[in-house]
Amino acid sequence: MNFRKILALITIILLGIFILQAFLIIPEKREIALNNFGKADIENRTAQLYIDKSVNSTNEQVIYKESKDKESGSANIVTSIVANYRALDTLGEVTVLFLAATGLSAILYNKKHAKSNFILKEDSFILKNGIKILFPLLILAGSYIIIYGHLSPGGSFQGGAVIATAFLLKLLSSKEYELDENILKIIEVTAGVSFVSIGLYGLYAEGSFLTNFLETGTIANLFSGGIVPIIYITIGLKVAVELTNIINDLMKA
Amino acid sequence: MIDFLEKWSFFGGSVLLILIGLYGVITRKNLIKIFIGLSLMDTGINVLLVSLGYVEGGIAPIITSTINNNSYNFVDPIPQALVLTSIVIGVAVLALGLGVIIKIYEKYNTLDISEIRGLRW
Amino acid sequence: MTLLYSLLILLMLISGIAALIFDKLVNSIISAGMVSLIAAFLFYFLRAPDVAMAEAAIGTGISTAIFIITLYKTEGRGN
Repeated sequence: MNFRKILALITIILLGIFILQAFLIIPEKREIALNNFGKADIENRTAQLYIDKSVNSTNEQVIYKESKDKESGSANIVTSIVANYRALDTLGEVTVLFLAATGLSAILYNKKHAKSNFILKEDSFILKNGIKILFPLLILAGSYIIIYGHLSPGGSFQGGAVIATAFLLKLLSSKEYELDENILKIIEVTAGVSFVSIGLYGLYAEGSFLTNFLETGTIANLFSGGIVPIIYITIGLKVAVELTNIINDLMKA
Repeated sequence: MIDFLEKWSFFGGSVLLILIGLYGVITRKNLIKIFIGLSLMDTGINVLLVSLGYVEGGIAPIITSTINNNSYNFVDPIPQALVLTSIVIGVAVLALGLGVIIKIYEKYNTLDISEIRGLRW
Repeated sequence: MTLLYSLLILLMLISGIAALIFDKLVNSIISAGMVSLIAAFLFYFLRAPDVAMAEAAIGTGISTAIFIITLYKTEGRGN
């Protein structure tokens, strides 16, 4: 065997022992225990505050379709963490995705604007005729996943990826289909600016960036949750357009 | 035997997946295989994070019409919110890396890292 | 139940090793897609439906697709 492979094996075995010995420590009181799988103690973690929706106020029961005006009105607890309690992390992630899409366009810049030369050897019959039915259905399914993000499993990233898959199939099926880049640019810029301006309006109206300034209605109605559905619609549009731009740039290089 | 598998199968499996990805990044010579190893490391870390919050006999953290108040036995929702962000960042880094690979191929006409000047290892 | 989870984790590790050993690059990209798919299964068994949907849509669909597009652009024009 090579000298490099033996060195790599020794490094990896040492790193593996170093990571796995952390799973054998017996913890003190009120620390997170890593050596019990499936016995997480939710009562002593901060997740209990998010489940009871009582970070800043008192603790009452949250009942389906009866509790009004809680701190964050969405029935999906993961959504209320991503878009309401920790919305600053979501802003950072949207920034990273925007930087990746812009950097890719800058690297693969082509002055002659060549047409997409990713062609299959012969046109596939199934793809050409199946995409006529599948394209509106996929966009409808993606929009449903985005809009109902606060009531059922879903959200903006999942729905945006489904819409980008619809555009990928359409680009693969025929070689004369071209995306109109100006409309995509306008949608992306509008969505990004409106997300930040909603946050700034929260700063002006109530004193902190990205607070919930609309009222949260009853839990599990469609129009409940304050600004959470509005944030999800803007992020969903932005993610879908950026993933489509990444695929289109890679195909035309 | 079943007891050992119950306690260590998820943690040990995900740590092994991270180490396999790291071995692929260090020792492979083709540039695309290095990026496949990077993607395997991302998947391993995400499985490790979500499996830290599992409660036996717990249910998914959504309030519906049959699970209608918050006194049930939920699993931990905080690692799930962090892993959502991590998946998207993984695919963004991958896309940018593959754009650089296309430009490297146009200049050097090979994908073997022992022939590219500056990456010789 | 525990045997089912252990078999799935073993299958994930085997196809992770196979993704780094194959000679043709198309086969190793498909093995990496299979690792993502089994990870989506495991997320469903760990009671996390949001994360399972995100991993299945982004990890299996978009990631495998952009690997194959850049493989076509660099070598192997016959694929």
